[in-house]
Amino acid sequence: MQVEFKHQQAAHCENGVASNLLKHQGIEISEPMVFGLGSGLFFVYLPFLKVNFSPAFSYRPMPGWIFKRMAKLLGIKFKRQKFNSPEKAQQTLDKNLTENIPTGLQVGVYGLSYFPEEYRFHFNAHNLVVYGKDDKQYQISDPVMQFPTSLTHKELEKVRFAKGALAPKGHLYYPIYIPEEINWEKAIKKAIKKNCRDMLAPVPIIGVNGMRMVAKNIKKWPKKIGVPKTNHYLGQLIRMQEEIGTGGGGFRFIYAAFLQESAEILKNNKLKELSEEMTQIGDMWRDFAVQIARVYKKRSNQEDVYQYLSDKMLEIADREEAFFKQLKKAV
Amino acid sequence: MKAEQVPQDKSSLSDKELKELCYAVDDKGNYTTALSSGWEPKSVALNGSIQLIQQRVEEAKKLVLVGKKSPIVYFMEKNKMDLSILASYVSLWKWRVKRHTKPKVFKKLSSKTLQKYADVFEISVEELKNFKG
Repeated sequence: MQVEFKHQQAAHCENGVASNLLKHQGIEISEPMVFGLGSGLFFVYLPFLKVNFSPAFSYRPMPGWIFKRMAKLLGIKFKRQKFNSPEKAQQTLDKNLTENIPTGLQVGVYGLSYFPEEYRFHFNAHNLVVYGKDDKQYQISDPVMQFPTSLTHKELEKVRFAKGALAPKGHLYYPIYIPEEINWEKAIKKAIKKNCRDMLAPVPIIGVNGMRMVAKNIKKWPKKIGVPKTNHYLGQLIRMQEEIGTGGGGFRFIYAAFLQESAEILKNNKLKELSEEMTQIGDMWRDFAVQIARVYKKRSNQEDVYQYLSDKMLEIADREEAFFKQLKKAV
Repeated sequence: MKAEQVPQDKSSLSDKELKELCYAVDDKGNYTTALSSGWEPKSVALNGSIQLIQQRVEEAKKLVLVGKKSPIVYFMEKNKMDLSILASYVSLWKWRVKRHTKPKVFKKLSSKTLQKYADVFEISVEELKNFKG
């Protein structure tokens, strides 16, 4: 059995699955629009939480939040189910497929055989859509892949029941209610305001304050923890910023695309200008990654490179602070 | 980032003929998407963390060889796991898994427990028991 399903590649899995599932229901919604409505632009620094032997940095909110906020703002309801038994999880998925319902799944990345080895870590909040099944395989629309792909029944069970942090427990979801009319203007304004609040939050580890805290720590790390560990932390920062799913520049370009789209819908020229500003900020993040990579390869000619990197990051934080203050006034 | 500047460097993605989607602006300043085969600064960071894992695997191998750790540690590192992840895969408390990394305790493990570990690592019990580093 196979449902007619249009696969479209996306930068980020969560936005991509949301966009593809909703397009299937006849709602034209782009990936940047999902991201923007989910107030997806973010920065958080969790120095006390170690991921991959480094403090945790993130350029986006917790997995699942973008999706949930977007659905709530648009008034769309999703049915969500988790399971203790893999058999039950498979039966429910199969039943959906016989009823022609393409179904979103939360899965672990480690068992995804179609990913390159380097990308297979124990990260359990990846998303994909299953839209068909035959006696050997499930047909998969994984939004970060160019084309639809497939997994064997056994492989799918393994990724649905991956263990560790954020274990998916067979988590599946699909839209069950779509309002007749959607007030896009209202939703966009609300989402932008929320994003401004988050980025300007008076909390030391969040938003522009979080960036400043990292910037200050970059200067201290070489003395405190040594150069190799500092470089490892900085490498982790690039990975979180540029990894598959970010669309480059720590999601800044996706957000700029969202602002451009919103400028049209709201007929607000200021948003178009701000979209251009956000593109430039994205370029600054890219440049920051280039500088870190040089340090990483020990090829930097800069004297006191850590001071330099710290200053660069402070500069970006200042620019983003000014940006979100303007954005707040623009809607 | 302009669409024509979207990087096309060689990477672990291009080895598998995969491309990732990026957002960039066209000549008129409108947002569009472009595919990227990889970006060198990113590959540098990714390779760095792969090397770290390889070092940890080598280190674990040595510790098993000199009898300081049980083979569980080697296979745990090889599967990019830590104690918490492994504990949740074998459905045991973390402190119990930690005890099982001691060669003395490992030798006394029941075949049922060994099977649990072997299943998670996708190897046979024999391979697990006979790994000498």
